[in-house]
Amino acid sequence: MKRIFFSLSVSVVILLTVLAGCSDTRSKRAVYVLVDTSGTYSQQFDKVQGVMRYMLGTLLPGESLALARIDSGSFSEQDIVARMTFDLRPSMANAQKRAFLESIDSFGSSITPSKYTDITGGILQAIEYLNETRATDKYILIFSDLKEEIKQGQVRDFPINFNGTRVVAINVTKLNSDNVDPREYQARLEDWSVRVEQGNGSWKLINDLNRLDSIWE
Amino acid sequence: MTFEFFTRLVDGQPELSLLIWASALIVVMYIARQQAHQIILVMVRSVRNALRIMAQSVMYAEKQLRNRNREVLLAQGQEHAERFIEREFQRVEALVNRDLSGYPSLQRDLQEQITRIDEDYAQSGEVPPKPPEWLKAIDSVAKIPDNGSSVVGKILNDIHKTLKKSLDKSMQEYRRANRDRHNLLKKMMPYWRSLTSSLYTVEKKITGLEQRSIIIDGQMQSYEDIRKQTAYAERLLSSSSMTQFFVSGLALVLAFVGMYVNFQLVALPMEEMVGASSYLGSSSIRASDVAALFIISVEVILGLFLMESVGITRLFPIINLLEDHKRRIIFWIMLSFLFIFAGIEASLAYMRDMLAADREALSQLLSGAEVSEPALRWIPSVGQMVMGFTLPFVLAFVAIPLESFIHSFRTVSGLFGVWLLHMLVVFIRFLANVINGLGKTLVSAYDLLIFIPLKVEASFMQKQSTPVVKTTTTEKAAKTEKSEAIEKVEKVEKDETQ
Repeated sequence: MKRIFFSLSVSVVILLTVLAGCSDTRSKRAVYVLVDTSGTYSQQFDKVQGVMRYMLGTLLPGESLALARIDSGSFSEQDIVARMTFDLRPSMANAQKRAFLESIDSFGSSITPSKYTDITGGILQAIEYLNETRATDKYILIFSDLKEEIKQGQVRDFPINFNGTRVVAINVTKLNSDNVDPREYQARLEDWSVRVEQGNGSWKLINDLNRLDSIWE
Repeated sequence: MTFEFFTRLVDGQPELSLLIWASALIVVMYIARQQAHQIILVMVRSVRNALRIMAQSVMYAEKQLRNRNREVLLAQGQEHAERFIEREFQRVEALVNRDLSGYPSLQRDLQEQITRIDEDYAQSGEVPPKPPEWLKAIDSVAKIPDNGSSVVGKILNDIHKTLKKSLDKSMQEYRRANRDRHNLLKKMMPYWRSLTSSLYTVEKKITGLEQRSIIIDGQMQSYEDIRKQTAYAERLLSSSSMTQFFVSGLALVLAFVGMYVNFQLVALPMEEMVGASSYLGSSSIRASDVAALFIISVEVILGLFLMESVGITRLFPIINLLEDHKRRIIFWIMLSFLFIFAGIEASLAYMRDMLAADREALSQLLSGAEVSEPALRWIPSVGQMVMGFTLPFVLAFVAIPLESFIHSFRTVSGLFGVWLLHMLVVFIRFLANVINGLGKTLVSAYDLLIFIPLKVEASFMQKQSTPVVKTTTTEKAAKTEKSEAIEKVEKVEKDETQ
């Protein structure tokens, strides 16, 4: 009888241990959100907050989220506002999401417009982070007008290896000059699209914030 | 060889070329007619024979399966009847132990009551005292004449008085004795009533036993039928198995619904233990779901062992063969485990409620709405905890329909297998007949293609033959020849079959 009792207890413990160690996540997402803080775009942060809330509500335990700013020199760890890989336990993941939300709000209230817009540097930083997460589905969400303005001396004109990352440009605003010549806007989008796709990535543009679920498609 | 090849035989005249080719083909077919018929019929016969052999094999398999089903059905029925009779005897034993164990004391009571009644009856039978014997003597003396003597008269007067007094006394004594007898008979009344009541109780108990014995008799009769392997018993068992199959199947479906509810209670909190995004290998099966299913499966298994140890089910012969005290130990162990798991489930259900509330609060926060605590939130929490605690015990009873389902499934699947094999036999036979008909049609079609030379041959034969033969038509001649060939083949087939 003792044997039955013992074997039952042991089997329960073993199975739970094995399952707990079974951390083979089938599809794991990692999202890196780049926010343009240059003068022309810094007023759009409420939209960023909306998208970030959507992200926090959608991402599952074990998945990663990061928020970084695009400023004069974005290829820097210091530009990452918050980054988190959510815990596998739902309760802990929920607590992390609350903390992340607080970071977003505090970042929103302390944005200082930057002089330049180093989008390429931000993307490079994002790719580095995303590769580290070992996620199966990697996303870079860019909130920007996509007009890159870099400091003199910075080298950004080189091909980037996106390594299968999906780049989604959200709420790409039109500049005054775009209104004069809309081809400039289209050319900017086209340039980025070509650059991403040539670097083994995929490109998508979402200007309607009510269609955020199409990010995952 | 293309179609053009056949049209180029005569330059510029494809129709003529085709006609020549067709004529040549008809001639060849006419020459090879007998051989072609034979080939067609032999081929058809071969296929048909193969199909017949196949049908016979399937029929044999069907017969085997039917016999096996019958054996299993009767064996199951016999076992069931034995169990039923055993249970009935156990009930009779319980009745005897409960009711008839007090029989000695009841008998003693009855004996005492009867003795008292007997004593009272004996007392009531006492004869009242007779008048004293000397009264006769006194009477004789009193009849002596006094002859005028005053002394004698006085004596006689005294005697008379004495006699009268004595008679009065005797009368009083007699009346008292009668009163006493009546009192004794009156005292017997409650004893009679008590005796009647005791006998009524005995009658009731005996009637209960009698009813049980009638049930046992009925079961013994069906048991005898099963042992004799009568067709009636087989039909009865078969019908009973079907009923059992559907009833237990329905119960199992309901049990699965219960398991699903249980699973929903456990799966979410299990994510806290094994991780929410863990999957088994490269499959899409979540580790937390497997863990939840495992917990539920363990509960069901515990229930199985529990029912087994009590003797309600007999799925594991080893447990049934164990001694009573060992089975009792298993029962208590399983019951303790069930209590532990019920406690775990109750706590998991509570955790689920907490997690759901947390998730709801987070989604409210993310949507920008004010996070509010709903009123009477404790009611669903308590409800889930109670469900979590009670469901494992409810699931323990799954063992009963499961046993019925397993037993009846064997019979029902056997019956289905027999039906399937029977249908296969029908299909094979149908196919064989179709192929046979196809062969005959092919032979006729062959003759149709070469009907011109056949007609010519018939006309020629008509001219060559005797006048009697001449009267027959060309068609008849052709038909006769064909039917002869078919008859010949059929004769060979018959011989082979025999």
